[in-house]
Amino acid sequence: MAERKCLCEPQEILFFPCSGGSNVGQIANQAAVELTREGAGKIFCLAGIGGHVDGLIESTKAGKILVAIDGCPVSCARKTLEHGGFECRHVRLDDLGISKTPCSLTWDDKQVFRVKDAVKNTLSR
Amino acid sequence: MKIEILGVGCAKCIKLEETAKQAAKELGLDAEVVHVTDLSEISKRGVLMTPGLVIDGKVVSAGKVPSVEKIKELIQKSTG
Repeated sequence: MAERKCLCEPQEILFFPCSGGSNVGQIANQAAVELTREGAGKIFCLAGIGGHVDGLIESTKAGKILVAIDGCPVSCARKTLEHGGFECRHVRLDDLGISKTPCSLTWDDKQVFRVKDAVKNTLSR
Repeated sequence: MKIEILGVGCAKCIKLEETAKQAAKELGLDAEVVHVTDLSEISKRGVLMTPGLVIDGKVVSAGKVPSVEKIKELIQKSTG
């Protein structure tokens, strides 16, 4: 029998990776996935904020700390959250020395680790 | 008016159902209150934090149990 999971447990920390179509966008996404699996918070749906999906907007309002994880200086994740009226903390991969490589969707674990570390530092502020 | 409570059935969801019924009663509304417990149905509304409160198809709250007064306000806002 499938486990009946409750969504009532408060998720205070929400991650919004830009998940863009580049190596850095996918590194941001992978970092958010791993942080979620490690219990540091929960990956959330940035597209739902941009798409004005009422359920996702209301769910986001229940979060205490929102972290935008952007792959590049364009900062789509941060801007999308701000456009939706949300304040957020911000991690940018180019600030961590991780560069966008056109037409590449490959990365290594060290890059993901560096992003996760930066997000954790942001949370400890 | 249709009021839906989204949540698999824990204490918070039940509390929200009671609170929503009370709010509708105080406003003198003949509202249909439905408790949606199916997770896939809840996910379809984009609600990732329960309990969720839906008034006439629009999600107006998620992840908390608003007070009776707040729900009355949300209902009045929905009815314009």
